[in-house]
Amino acid sequence: MNIAVASGKGGTGKTTVATNLALSLKKAQLIDCDVEEPNANIFLKAEIEEIEDVMVMIPEIDKEKCDYCGRCSEFCMYNALAIVPSDVLVFPDLCHSCGGCELVCPRDAVSWHERVVGRVEHGWADGIDFYHGLLNVGEIQAIPVIKALKKKVDKSKDVILDVPPGTSCPVIETIGGSDYCILVTEPTPFGLHDLKLAVDVLRHLYIPFGVIINRDGIGDKKVELYCQNEKIPVLMKIPQSREIAQLYSEGIPFVSKLPVWHEEFTKLFKQIKGKTGR
Amino acid sequence: MKQLTVISGKGGTGKTSITAAFASLADNAVLADCDVDAADLHLILKPEIKKTMGFHGLKVAFIDKERCIDCKKCHESCRFDAIDEEINLIKESCEGCGVCEFVCPVDAIHMVDRDSGFAYISVTRFGPMSHAVLKTAEEASGKLVTMVRNNAKTLAEDKNKDLIIIDGPPGIGCPVIASMTGVDLVLIVTEPTLSAIHDLERILGVARHFKIPAVVCVNKYDINLDNTRKIGQYCKNNGIEVVGKLPYDNIVTEAMIHEKNVIEFSDGVFSDLIIEMWNRIRGRLQV
Repeated sequence: MNIAVASGKGGTGKTTVATNLALSLKKAQLIDCDVEEPNANIFLKAEIEEIEDVMVMIPEIDKEKCDYCGRCSEFCMYNALAIVPSDVLVFPDLCHSCGGCELVCPRDAVSWHERVVGRVEHGWADGIDFYHGLLNVGEIQAIPVIKALKKKVDKSKDVILDVPPGTSCPVIETIGGSDYCILVTEPTPFGLHDLKLAVDVLRHLYIPFGVIINRDGIGDKKVELYCQNEKIPVLMKIPQSREIAQLYSEGIPFVSKLPVWHEEFTKLFKQIKGKTGR
Repeated sequence: MKQLTVISGKGGTGKTSITAAFASLADNAVLADCDVDAADLHLILKPEIKKTMGFHGLKVAFIDKERCIDCKKCHESCRFDAIDEEINLIKESCEGCGVCEFVCPVDAIHMVDRDSGFAYISVTRFGPMSHAVLKTAEEASGKLVTMVRNNAKTLAEDKNKDLIIIDGPPGIGCPVIASMTGVDLVLIVTEPTLSAIHDLERILGVARHFKIPAVVCVNKYDINLDNTRKIGQYCKNNGIEVVGKLPYDNIVTEAMIHEKNVIEFSDGVFSDLIIEMWNRIRGRLQV
């Protein structure tokens, strides 16, 4: 069973839900795929035992062989290669490692070297098999780090994926292949607007989903009405509470202090299991 | 012309609410919403669209099954696993590189434009606005951010505006970098939670990497005073000015529900604090 926790809008409580849910299960694996700003381990405090670099392949031009014909730079859709009089410039940040330049080179002048763009870290916390990825500061492409993380999915476990905010490439890459998706939102106009975008993505990907309303009580009832009209199940409501906000600010998962929520998250998991028939 | 980008690292710290409030305070600015993944600024600014432009992100492969001889060369050559063994295209995975088109021996694959979204030029009650929508499950949001910024620049030149205020996306990757390169100042909106502090350090690293001056605003500073002190100390140690501290106040959500920014909605303490912060930022930008 593989559950993605996503939102569209940032800061609605994805990590809160993902960590508290993982802590309420036995034999869970939690993978924080928000590689730009990973926060799950602030709550889990897993001791990192293994670190793996994430590499991408970057072309290297053999200047002895190259005759500056320009076919590689013409072919490259990402403008990662440029020909200037008697030189080829490679812009590693822009390269998507598609391999096209090597294919089109008539003089066999292209070879590849590895470049580190981030890392994947592994550790254990309270029996949770934990992974997160970190995109190096100043790097553009989150996708290779997310792909490396998704190779760590252990199908024998209940896997929780903490998804990055937004609706574009990193989100699609993370959610793809999940059995179910929890969308965390807040009852405000911004929350509702971005929830609708996230719903579009999930319908597009044919992944079943339900909604958790976080900070219930701060805004209006429009998120609930929308869910009712669209027949989207509201799986849980987490009330606006000073106590929960305080625990969050200190990096403490609230199920560890408020046992009633431990039970609520266990029930949530059973409910999702029922919905997916797993 | 000066450019200010409002970013945060962590999502949901209040970027858009603060940008919307600045719209009331800046008297000669263009607004640009560069959070093209999940744009919200228009919910407050209510732009009236004057011009719509199609946005084509990366190209996408089109496979002509009639011509295909099932040699599987495209499947084998694709580094993005975007063509399966039955030679079906997985559109979401295609990054438009053109390798399949190149290796196909029977000319059965062509790279075609994909309609990835729209960019808009609009007017609002606060002045001109540049914004966009990215279609569901489309890529290349960094490229669309660049289009929104270019449109904003053209608008500013045409209308003689001396400032562009950019609402940025969360994170530190492609669209964030596209939103902040070459601007005069970034305002980082953070909050006193361990998560936001962690993210603040990373986004400040990005600003440093690209040599962009940064200032910080601590939103909801009173939910954890200890952490607020830590942020203050961290900024001091790194020579970064804290230009504002805003308390937790539900007035921001109430204003949002009424489709107004907080300056229009209330003349209370919260609005006064935003005005003070804005004046400090104006000083830094010299506008």
